[in-house]
Amino acid sequence: MANLELRNLNKTYSSKVVPVKDISLKVDEGEFLTLLGPSGCGKSTTLRLIAGLEQPTRGQIWIGERNVTDLRSGDRNIAMVFQSYALYPHMTVAENIASSLKLRHLSKLEIRQRVTDVATKLGLEELTQRKPSQLSGGQRQRVALARALVRQPDVFLLDEPLSNLDALLRERVRAELKQLFKAQNTPVVYVTHDQTEAMTLSSKVAVLYNGNLQQLDPPQRIYTHPANRFVASFVGSPQMNLFVLSCRDNAAWLGNFPIPVPLPTVPPQIVLGIRPENVCLARAEDTHTIQGQIYLVESLGMQNLLSVRVQGAPELTIRALLPAAWQWSDDIVKLTLSPQSLHWFDAATGDRLF
Amino acid sequence: MQLDKIQKREQLTGWMLTLPALLLLLLVFAYPIGQAFWLSLFTKNLATQLQPVYSGWNNYVRMVFDGRFWETMQNTTIFTCVSVFLELLLGMGIALVLNQSFPGRGIVRTIAILPWALPTALMALAWAWIFNDQYGVWNDILQRLGLIHTEINWLGEPSLAMMAAIAAEVWKTTPFISILLLAGLQSIPVELYEAHALDGANPWQSFWRITLPLLMPQILIALLFRFAQAFGVFDLVLVMTGGGPAGATETVSLYIYAMVMRYLDFGYGAALIVVTFLLLVAAVAIVSFLLSKARNSKF
Repeated sequence: MANLELRNLNKTYSSKVVPVKDISLKVDEGEFLTLLGPSGCGKSTTLRLIAGLEQPTRGQIWIGERNVTDLRSGDRNIAMVFQSYALYPHMTVAENIASSLKLRHLSKLEIRQRVTDVATKLGLEELTQRKPSQLSGGQRQRVALARALVRQPDVFLLDEPLSNLDALLRERVRAELKQLFKAQNTPVVYVTHDQTEAMTLSSKVAVLYNGNLQQLDPPQRIYTHPANRFVASFVGSPQMNLFVLSCRDNAAWLGNFPIPVPLPTVPPQIVLGIRPENVCLARAEDTHTIQGQIYLVESLGMQNLLSVRVQGAPELTIRALLPAAWQWSDDIVKLTLSPQSLHWFDAATGDRLF
Repeated sequence: MQLDKIQKREQLTGWMLTLPALLLLLLVFAYPIGQAFWLSLFTKNLATQLQPVYSGWNNYVRMVFDGRFWETMQNTTIFTCVSVFLELLLGMGIALVLNQSFPGRGIVRTIAILPWALPTALMALAWAWIFNDQYGVWNDILQRLGLIHTEINWLGEPSLAMMAAIAAEVWKTTPFISILLLAGLQSIPVELYEAHALDGANPWQSFWRITLPLLMPQILIALLFRFAQAFGVFDLVLVMTGGGPAGATETVSLYIYAMVMRYLDFGYGAALIVVTFLLLVAAVAIVSFLLSKARNSKF
């Protein structure tokens, strides 16, 4: 058992194409790290660098005490589940699972034992003699997992393994994955653009953007304390409200309404963020209140998502999640931005200020 | 009931749409083959003054004892097997190279297909010149390299003439195989190789365990086409050696041609055609069977 460490990893294709700029991070034994980011952020390239399918331009990859940067993929003892599963179409399920063991010249007896064990664990016993084309999407996905598990590798890599499953199945497999990897005391690196997967599965989330690491924290912390404006806007659904506001008299002005800025020195411009679920109907004694006109109501079942034009700044729309019990019309509504849930970011750099 | 009716009507439409093609096929394939078989049961040559005289299986019995027929059979088999084997080997190599991305790949691909696009008679003429014992460039190269001291009469020695014909055939049709195999190679997802590399395989192992099995349908199709074509080789040999020296490169097609057109033995010629046809059908059937098996195992 060993941890995985990336040191100043960089991949440059040409001066304009630099998918991974400078990424350093560490994944401990039993830790489940998710690389989260929009497409093109460098998460898949990072995974391929770890797997040895691409060579880094700079930087090092360590597994435990081994520097594996210059090792071939096959010598790193890493297992990977591909987005397309990459099952060998001409081999049966059993042969697919046994492939890596055969290449390592294990004894026939041990191969059969290990294949049977992992097939049983994943409920594939009945399917071992089938070809991949005779399997459903969910079954293929499990064969791909079995192929990774049977290796007993030092590191697991998973590249969007759920993206080819339908929504219902995805939820079920997500739960299964969580249990499965809890039992493995091995670092897991999981790539996804789906924040629900990142939130539910991981013990740590690395948010990537533009080839750089934006934030590396437990999922809850990413949600409550986004490190910068990008993370704030990317994580959370519905998206966080973000406004670029001018400051006067120690307050940022959202239309006609001053929101006190909790900083010793107040910059001329600041970015205010608040999640829709932290915006609620104002009661008489509330501070941090604003007023605006409702112009759109979207029902999400449990709640309604209201879009409200702020008075004094008609170009600003604030979205609020409010109980569905209410009947909304094109009313003026008074809202409270709950003070402990405000996020403040630097207007120029986007970094978190408070 | 309603569904039955719809199905029946669709079937009827299907038959009506295929009927013209079917009739055409019967006319251009079944009729001549049937005619050839019918003719093979007659003796029709100069001795009968070109009048058909019924002789039963006589023509076929004659074939069994016809030494020249067996010789041409052997020549054709050697020519076919050796050239197809070499073509497959070279074609695979070229396809693997062309499947890599390198600068100028498009141009190389186009050049690689050129030999196949040339008219056979023309390129056979060129090869006959290349192997010419006095003026041929091949002898010249070998001499300059100091490998030989006296000119070799490539087309005048039985086994050398066969080698020369095979070389020309391989040169001409390797591109066909490499293009076919290249198409197959490009249909293999690159993730399979990546997964296999992560499994611990080196490129050599990946070739045997991923490339070759997944390429089997294309290999078999190539074999099917090439066997059928090479077995009927005519123009290339006719131009290069004319079947000589001393019948060393005479193929079945050349023999049949001579039998019908030169000796005017139509009955026996027809019998030769029928036998060759049946052999080819058998070969095609075997390859098709293997092909369907390979397909089933893949999907």
